[in-house]
Amino acid sequence: MGGVVDILSWICIGGGLFFSLMGGIGLLRFPDFYARCHAAGITDTLGSILILSGLMLQTGIELNLARLILILLFLLFTSPVAGHAIARAAHQHGLEAQVDGEDVTDA
Amino acid sequence: MKKTVSLTLMLFALWLLWSGIYTFMITSFGVASVILCVWLAHRMNIVDSEGHPAHLALAHITYGPWLLWQIVLANIDVSKRVLSGNINPCWVRIKAPQKTPLGRVIYANSITLTPGTTTVQLSGDELLVHTIHREVGEDLARGAMASRVSKLEGQD
Repeated sequence: MGGVVDILSWICIGGGLFFSLMGGIGLLRFPDFYARCHAAGITDTLGSILILSGLMLQTGIELNLARLILILLFLLFTSPVAGHAIARAAHQHGLEAQVDGEDVTDA
Repeated sequence: MKKTVSLTLMLFALWLLWSGIYTFMITSFGVASVILCVWLAHRMNIVDSEGHPAHLALAHITYGPWLLWQIVLANIDVSKRVLSGNINPCWVRIKAPQKTPLGRVIYANSITLTPGTTTVQLSGDELLVHTIHREVGEDLARGAMASRVSKLEGQD
């Protein structure tokens, strides 16, 4: 039983590392500021979700498990606020995005 | 009053989780700090349905896992774009159909949380979103997430 949980936990942590790496590569590869925000979003979301899930599996049922869940919850609440604040600041100061074609609308 | 009671209970539950040491003295420090926080929140007039949206907690039980799955899908999509370099960034201008400001903020936050879409501006009910690819933007404009958040908000 412990072995299965260990394997799942390592899969989660390994996956988290993989997606964090993807975020890092995207940060370097993408052409402009706004596109790089999306790359950073990978590290922020699935990167941290998977790493923290892996740690939860290592922890087992105890107080630290609840703490890890809350840390994840707070991360998921705050990281979009920070991401939005950065993108909004760039936009308001007139940083142009490299875009092709017309804006997409819902109309 | 109901909000104040539930905020107090939630803060104290949170404190109990962080602490882990339950001697009389330490716990009474916890009680004191919770009371201080609730008093401050009261003075700032933020104990309302916006500052303490406890009424949405139940609705999040279905919205949370759905959003999580969308995040997973979006992560895989953006990771593929990182490796392939297949990007075509564009701006998306859409309306947030939610009635309350809180609902619109949840919608804008959900968009930002999903990789590949970042809300840059929310004024009134107008959203300006930067997306990594036109397809992602068109998918967003179809409004699957918007109707989910409207449902979460408790309106049809």
